[in-house]
Amino acid sequence: MDGFGAALADALSLILAGDADLLEIIGLSLRVTLSAVVLSCLIGLPIGAAVGAFRFPGRAAATVALNALMGLPPVVVGLIVYLAFSASGPFGVLGWLYTPKAMIVAQTIIVTPIVAALTRQVVEDLHREYAEQFASLGVGPMERVLALLWDARFSLLTVALAGFGRAVAEVGAVIIVGGNINHVTRVMTTAIALETSKGNLELALALGAVLLAIALVVNAAVMALRAAAVRSAYA
Amino acid sequence: MIRRGFLGLAAATLLAGGAAMADETFIIVQSTTSTQNSGLFDHLLPMFREKTGIEVRVVAVGTGQAIKNAENGDGDVLFVHAKPAEETFVAAGEGVSRSDVMYNDFVIVGPPADPAGVAGSKDVAAALAKIAAAGAPFASRGDDSGTNKAELRLWKEAGIDVKAASGGWYRETGSGMGATLNTGVAMGAYIMTDRATWISFGNKGDYVIAVEGDPKLFNQYGIILVNPAKHPNVKADLGQAFIDWVLSDEGQAAIAGYKINGEQLFFPNAPR
Amino acid sequence: MREAVSDFLVDWAGEAPILSACSLAYSAEGKRLIDGLDLAIRPNRRTVVMGPNGAGKSLLLRLLHGLIRPDAGEVRWRGRPLDGAGRRAQAMVFQRPVMLRRSAFGNLTFALAVRGVGGRERTARASKALAMARLEELSRQPARVLSIGEQQRLAVARALVAGPELLFLDEPTASLDPASTAAIEALIDAAHRDGVTIVLVTHDLGQARRLGDDLVFVDRGRVVETGDAGRVLSAPRSVAARAWVEGRLHLDATVRSPNHNRNGRQT
Repeated sequence: MDGFGAALADALSLILAGDADLLEIIGLSLRVTLSAVVLSCLIGLPIGAAVGAFRFPGRAAATVALNALMGLPPVVVGLIVYLAFSASGPFGVLGWLYTPKAMIVAQTIIVTPIVAALTRQVVEDLHREYAEQFASLGVGPMERVLALLWDARFSLLTVALAGFGRAVAEVGAVIIVGGNINHVTRVMTTAIALETSKGNLELALALGAVLLAIALVVNAAVMALRAAAVRSAYA
Repeated sequence: MIRRGFLGLAAATLLAGGAAMADETFIIVQSTTSTQNSGLFDHLLPMFREKTGIEVRVVAVGTGQAIKNAENGDGDVLFVHAKPAEETFVAAGEGVSRSDVMYNDFVIVGPPADPAGVAGSKDVAAALAKIAAAGAPFASRGDDSGTNKAELRLWKEAGIDVKAASGGWYRETGSGMGATLNTGVAMGAYIMTDRATWISFGNKGDYVIAVEGDPKLFNQYGIILVNPAKHPNVKADLGQAFIDWVLSDEGQAAIAGYKINGEQLFFPNAPR
Repeated sequence: MREAVSDFLVDWAGEAPILSACSLAYSAEGKRLIDGLDLAIRPNRRTVVMGPNGAGKSLLLRLLHGLIRPDAGEVRWRGRPLDGAGRRAQAMVFQRPVMLRRSAFGNLTFALAVRGVGGRERTARASKALAMARLEELSRQPARVLSIGEQQRLAVARALVAGPELLFLDEPTASLDPASTAAIEALIDAAHRDGVTIVLVTHDLGQARRLGDDLVFVDRGRVVETGDAGRVLSAPRSVAARAWVEGRLHLDATVRSPNHNRNGRQT
């Protein structure tokens, strides 16, 4: 089977050609996914840090819930977001359905539990180390959460990357709430689904290779950033 | 009709003229995978936009889901192929009125070995009966789409209870046309598909058309404006402008002019 | 009921303790780790807490510092039950320094920030503390890449930077080389001269002699002897302290005490 070789060759020529449609799709993929990851971090980091750093009734249940929500099926999230933003749904008046906004909402719902659950683990481990020292210094609850998040910042970059990986590869939710509309809501994954349904398997595979390359570039960029930050954080 | 078209165009021009409203000059068309996958929309929509400035955003899903989405008010125009379901949609007050737009036909494709011996048949009922009798695998979409509805109607006419055979030789993929073709070809099953999707499908393998030409395989597409009285968010003027254009001589000619490898995929038949 | 030897009662002459514990008790996993412990720490003194492994010295420090709540009994700070304000007047250095993932300087400014010290004052006080610990050169280094000795110096500086009235140290030099130990002892000494009350847990007899004004000997969750450090170390009166000191002497000088076995610890 020469499908893979052909796909890689196609992928390379797609990238080298700088096809306008492809660039548009890549751009939207990144815009939607990165927006969702940023929103997820804004919501998930404090939640995860709070669960990781505080003792409170129901903490074990909260931990289990966060871990379980990591397995939210994207299609279910897509359906819920569709029903919420449908013209006959509660948020229909916003007109977000079949726009990138609804896709960002859906991916945020998918990624937030991942960020929160992994943050919980990272922060809890760090807090185990810091707890006595913090108590001795008289660190207050808010300062504790902020200090733990700050001190765990490099581990949390990896957490954000895990969320990015999940979101950028996700198709089930965005195809329902975005509608895979050409030039409006078509992203890499929905384009791959479309080409597969057209039977253009080589092209679909090539797009998959491009998606993988994007993920590699983003990961490499974040890791390079991290290395630079580690070097310069103390300058 | 011409008058309506002018009104629609005038409304579209007005809307397009206001810079603040520029974002609003698009409509959402709930349609089917067959029209999308065949590339018809990629052919038609730029012409329409050129003429009116209206952007058409197509959500391509199965006919069943397209109708459901339209019932929720999530679309301005419904462009599908399941006439009875479309008429129910209009009768329920969800749509304004229905017009025929074009047709193509369904074909049954199968492996060249032809295990049920149906190749070359022009009698779809007899062919389906033979497939059932031979217990040859048949891949159905099983997704309540227009194609699925038509297929089930044909089985019924052939007097075969596919429900009883489901999971045996009758296999429901629960997927779109393309996914069902991918699956069916891989498992050596017979598959009923619309001709347009088949012609443009890229993963045919060694498959060939086994059954075609029976009038029962006729596949009619209809277009409906979602009822703005029921769904106030519907952009009635813009949607009507699109419908009018599709039904106009120009739109019909554009449909007829769409060809892949010299083969015409859809045959316009809007009422004159 | 129990043996407890103290000459504080004689020496104190009415001096009010800065910190005291009364009938303190703490159990974990069914074991009584602190068992009706009474203790008084004199202000502006250096109190050395000694005792065999497992006697409950580290636990006692945590109870006195308010890091752990006792099951029974009470810790009093300047005559009143220990509260948040009392805790904030104390600081603690742990056996293994816990460094935040920040620069050496950042560790100091953090301790000041949680006390609401900001702006120029924070920078100035952090710089001063850094200079005191002789870590100016390493100011921008991530704290966690410093050597263990440097980390402990930074930990002492961080504990002192907010100006506590009392400093707990839990075996601060247990894993340090002699030079680093000397540097820590110098820091403790300087803090003491500045008026900070010192409470130091150590196993090092030499360190106890060098730094200790008062000595508290703890055994099996109780204080069994208190008194002038030099006196306790040279002439322990309690059976447990004597056994322990002599055991040390035995290890140090390879001389077996004829009394060692006869004077088994009393419970």
